[in-house]
Amino acid sequence: MKLRTLLAATALGALMAAPALAQQLSVKIGVLNDRSGLYSDITGEGSVIAARLAVEDFKAAEKGLKVEIVSADHQNKPDVGSTIARQWYDQDGVDVIMDVPTSSVALAINQITREKNKIHINSGAASSDLTGKACSPNTVHWTYDTYALAQGTGGAMVKAGGDSWFFLTADYAFGHALERDTAAVVTKAGGKVLGAVRTPFPGTDFSSFLLQAQASKAKVVGLANAGGDTINSIKQAGEFGIVAGGQKLGGLLVFINDVHALGLQTAQGLVLTESFYWDLNDQTRAWSDRYAKLAGGKKPSMIQAGVYAGLLHYLKAVEATKGKDPAAVMAKMKEMPTDDPLFGKGSVRADGRKMHDMYLFEVKKPSESKGPWDYYKQVAMLKADEAFKPLSESECPLVKK
Amino acid sequence: MFELLGVPPQALFGQLLLGLINGSFYAILSLGLAVIFGLLNIINFTHGAQYMMGAFVAWMCLNYLGINYWAALLLAPIVVGASGVVIERFLLKRIAHVDHLYGLLLTFGLALIIQGLFRNQYGSSGLPYQIPAELRGGTNLGFMFLPTYRGWVVIASLIVCLATWFMIEKTKLGSYLRAATENPTLTQAFGINVPLLVTLTYGFGVALAAFAGVLAAPIYSVNPNMGADLIIVVFAVVVIGGMGSIMGAIVTGFSLGLVEGLTKVFYPEASATVIFIIMAIVLLVKPAGLFGRAA
Amino acid sequence: MADIASTDASAAGLAIAETDDSTARLHRNLFIGIAVVLAIAPFVAYPVFVMKVLCFALFALAFNLLLGYGGLLSFGHAAYFGMASYVSAYTAKHWGLTPELAIVAGTGVAAILGLAFGSLAIRRQGIYFAMITLALAQMAFFFSLQTPRFTGGEDGIQAVPRGKLLGLVSLADDRTLYWLVAAIFLGGLLLIYRIIHSPFGQVCKAIRDNEPRAISLGYRANRYKLAVFVLSAGLAGLAGATKAIVFQLASLTDVHWSMSGEVVLMTLVGGLGTVFGPIVGALVIVSMQNFLATLGAWVTVVQGVIFVACVLLFREGILGLVAKWIRKPL
Repeated sequence: MKLRTLLAATALGALMAAPALAQQLSVKIGVLNDRSGLYSDITGEGSVIAARLAVEDFKAAEKGLKVEIVSADHQNKPDVGSTIARQWYDQDGVDVIMDVPTSSVALAINQITREKNKIHINSGAASSDLTGKACSPNTVHWTYDTYALAQGTGGAMVKAGGDSWFFLTADYAFGHALERDTAAVVTKAGGKVLGAVRTPFPGTDFSSFLLQAQASKAKVVGLANAGGDTINSIKQAGEFGIVAGGQKLGGLLVFINDVHALGLQTAQGLVLTESFYWDLNDQTRAWSDRYAKLAGGKKPSMIQAGVYAGLLHYLKAVEATKGKDPAAVMAKMKEMPTDDPLFGKGSVRADGRKMHDMYLFEVKKPSESKGPWDYYKQVAMLKADEAFKPLSESECPLVKK
Repeated sequence: MFELLGVPPQALFGQLLLGLINGSFYAILSLGLAVIFGLLNIINFTHGAQYMMGAFVAWMCLNYLGINYWAALLLAPIVVGASGVVIERFLLKRIAHVDHLYGLLLTFGLALIIQGLFRNQYGSSGLPYQIPAELRGGTNLGFMFLPTYRGWVVIASLIVCLATWFMIEKTKLGSYLRAATENPTLTQAFGINVPLLVTLTYGFGVALAAFAGVLAAPIYSVNPNMGADLIIVVFAVVVIGGMGSIMGAIVTGFSLGLVEGLTKVFYPEASATVIFIIMAIVLLVKPAGLFGRAA
Repeated sequence: MADIASTDASAAGLAIAETDDSTARLHRNLFIGIAVVLAIAPFVAYPVFVMKVLCFALFALAFNLLLGYGGLLSFGHAAYFGMASYVSAYTAKHWGLTPELAIVAGTGVAAILGLAFGSLAIRRQGIYFAMITLALAQMAFFFSLQTPRFTGGEDGIQAVPRGKLLGLVSLADDRTLYWLVAAIFLGGLLLIYRIIHSPFGQVCKAIRDNEPRAISLGYRANRYKLAVFVLSAGLAGLAGATKAIVFQLASLTDVHWSMSGEVVLMTLVGGLGTVFGPIVGALVIVSMQNFLATLGAWVTVVQGVIFVACVLLFREGILGLVAKWIRKPL
């Protein structure tokens, strides 16, 4: 009881100190991601750290806003994820679910969030359906999507002369979507798709598929896969002399942690698309240093950066609406331009798509790198409206044409 | 068989050779399982985790101690084998008297523990391990580009498999082993230390898994989950070959690699399933497996 | 392997006739107890969580029917659970079936699948039986993976409507749905209890304990084994189909081999060959997964430790221990 009085007193103190909000408001943030599996390095605890940094930078306490962060592991299983989400919304009073990598889980959370009328800010998932067919008034998709990845890597490589493609596609929905989107971009830019092979997911041995890719004589071998599949296929491509033989690898979804795992010796020359890199500018460097201190020296992935930026924007909207009514906050988030140190200035579109620039990177040679995590050199930048699917082509029912 | 025409013979050779390379991993792993099953009657579910440990020990050797690949090839099996001895002495021994299915459950639990611990420590996106300098590059065989390292994998695993077979079938130690498999009580009565033999056999089977792990480290990334799905396939290989049959495990390992390689050419989507289909068919036609004795 | 359950049962001194009066009274009281707990549970605990426990408990009960009373360790029960959940989700979503019909459809398909797989698998015994069920279940898994038109592939079938029971009562509310799930669970439990204590169940136990002897007495062992296999698969399907309606989702997780491992764990923890054990096991494991969810990979480690501890220290499982203690079968 004593503790509670004390807390109330502190809160009261904070209240008087903070004229920004009329009454004490508390929000609960649930960071739901993979904490034990394939994507735990690019999301996981790192996303929770990023969320904490957002709360710190927002100076929530000074503004009289109480922010609580909870986290859980969805194990990349839609059923585990939806159980947690239901419980968070129904029982634990969670207002926002952040992150959620793995498209299948993200689609499930998207659905539940809409049903329970809460807010979901997705950073981790790739599926462009989140703001397309399955779009919801309660969801913001922050960091990237399959369409942008295809535009980035696909478009740029064709421009650079890689006009014939062969795909190694992980045999599941995400792989197919990535292949489909990229093939469309390649054909539109005047390139040709010579063939594709569906690889069992998850796979460890890609040699036989790589051999087929080699035999196709395509200039670019597009890797429509993710995580361990990508790492293994790149590694084995090096072994079979794919790159040495003059073919280029197009990594359609590669994260900096994957490059770290591969080592520069193997990954060099790989072209990839990301929306964030720690070494972009002074602001990203400063933030990433703070992050690295808390994360055992690792640099943040773009997903973790997206969690930070997304939460920051949400908190600003809560401050501006002086409440946490989902409809009002969502409207504010879409109305207010975004501005944060990691993604710069941008906006949230009517369909929930966060608009920002995407970057095309090439992985450095070992000789060019100054040390651990110095991996990318920027090849090109895609303006937000080139990178993401235009509203005029959107399948989202929320968008009036 | 329309598609046969679509595939030029060179590509077919290439794929068959690759199949053989994958088959060498199946062969070593299923050999280890078969040796263990022969004497302990236990399906060692931890085998996949121990294969992963082999790769990790090689990685640790290189990164913490600066020990190179060649030494790790010897050291990792010894270290992991020793851990196997500990597992056998302190855990498996205690359940030797109850139904052997408990062995399956126990080793399943152990696999979960080991994989979980490694995942906590090293994350799951995998750690890099370079191919040793001596084995980089490759040869152009005309029909395909054969990386030297892959060639080495086939040779190394053939040597290890045949050496194991020789040891079990042709040496005195092997004859003790076979005798103990046949009738442990009687063998013990002849003054042979059967419990010790059992412990060493488990350690040896585990060491084989670790050896495969070191071989795999430069090809696949060193990853806590690397053995989890592989083990199910290897189970199927052992069952097809006939549980406990040494030669059966070796031959089946290599030939299923070939079959899988062919499937990847003609119907890649089924390449993950084909082994299980073969397993079901074999079990129905020859319940004891291709090389096993009828139970 | 036929003795995996029986050795423990006899070791625990449970070989006594299971139908004597005090035992019957105890079991009746237990049923009343369970009914009371079911009636209170949604007001005390979070209903969705309780429904999850009930679905998995039913799944484990079905599995235990096969292992504990048929003496057959299946390492592929996920196939029936998962396929039923796909069928129920698909028919509810795309054919617009009412939930009860969708569940019946799922259960039916699981039973048919059980008949097909079972008639192949029961020809073999022991470890071979476990392996062949695993192989068949892997095929079911790859089938699900490769027919995204039916299963939705990696995404699964999402946003399954809960619909209206018999076309009348909307199940959108968790509490309302809860009563249906509780009724299904209780019905399943009663059915299993009846099966075990029927003459049919007695013959199954006889076959489990000594197959050649049962055959010499004129029982067609394989017929009995197949029947118990199909019943177990059908009930596992009932659990899976219900789960699909509760979570409005059917996914690859339900058909993956790790699900088969999980149900073994539940049964083992609760008590192999006890009637009520799997319920306790499911409660323990599901709660553990729920409350340790924040710990990430430690969940796997803890699960592994429980597995090892169960095998080494108390093979009878929780209720097996209790049964030994009160000297009555549970």
